[in-house]
Amino acid sequence: MGPSLTFRAGVHDVLPTVFGYIGVGLAFGIVAHTSHLSLLVVAGLSFIVYAGSAQFIITSMLLLHDPLSAIFISTFLVNSRMILMSTSLAQYFRHESLTRNLLIGSLVTDETFALAMNKQNKTNGKLSFAWQSAANVVAYLVWGIATIVGAVLGGLITNPERFGFDFALTAMFIGLVYLQLISDRHLGLSLQLMVMLFVALVYYFMIGIMSQNFALLVATVTGCLFGMEMKKCR
Amino acid sequence: MSMSLTELWTILGCGLVTIISRALPFAFVKSLTMPAWLINFLSFVPITIMTALCCQSLFIANPGHLATLNVANCLAAIPATIAGVLTKSLLMVVVVGIMAMAVLRYFSIG
Repeated sequence: MGPSLTFRAGVHDVLPTVFGYIGVGLAFGIVAHTSHLSLLVVAGLSFIVYAGSAQFIITSMLLLHDPLSAIFISTFLVNSRMILMSTSLAQYFRHESLTRNLLIGSLVTDETFALAMNKQNKTNGKLSFAWQSAANVVAYLVWGIATIVGAVLGGLITNPERFGFDFALTAMFIGLVYLQLISDRHLGLSLQLMVMLFVALVYYFMIGIMSQNFALLVATVTGCLFGMEMKKCR
Repeated sequence: MSMSLTELWTILGCGLVTIISRALPFAFVKSLTMPAWLINFLSFVPITIMTALCCQSLFIANPGHLATLNVANCLAAIPATIAGVLTKSLLMVVVVGIMAMAVLRYFSIG
């Protein structure tokens, strides 16, 4: 990943993360197929809702005939981390027009957010509309197509896990968190390591008493507060 | 190719909920001046959220009890992390991770 912020550079930088999308997208398509969702519903979920983990939850709730209100609330809770990420990312685009801000915002994901945070470490804290849009649009199309291919192949491949593709997403986050750790000069290595350890501990204890998505939020928010305190002490 | 009315409303409603969570903060941040403490808070969001997302696949939740390790994922994470340290390349982390997991599954480990 270099310092260039062109559309082309965006396409180039997002390619490694595409593997994660293909693996999980295929998995989602297969799950949707076995949950008796039609191709049209799979396409609707992927291109209109466009929210990886929430799509799995929506699928299982549809299968269980849960009420619409419950599905909406679950989707909001699973995606509430988006509010934190978008607020964080939006600071880099304040100079852009409102339309461009909304365009970027409507396609942000965990992965393109993490990628952008890695990128700005290489560009002295700058991001561009062209670069971010390229990353967003490639991710969006690859996700949608992968889920549809997964739904079509659903009847043929019964065990995609055999080939290890389900680990692609985890591996991608490991890579992104490592690159973030070594390249964020603003916070520094020791402070970040302390914050990571704190987040892991909070998450570990919280998942016993609350849902994974709540635990993720609690660990994230308390981790940020912990980091702020530690920074003051230095 | 079919879609029930419930499915249609689910897609439209969840789409709306998701886009609001994603896009609205961009409109707020653009029009408001952010206080210094909030910017300070947000500077920790990348590392905390990415760590928590990693933890989500490394731990298994056991409601009411302490979490346990997802052994296969933790084992595959080791060569993936080493690949990251050696190459500093996201692609290599992903490729090595997938290969490690395929090997673990082949030998039914974890």
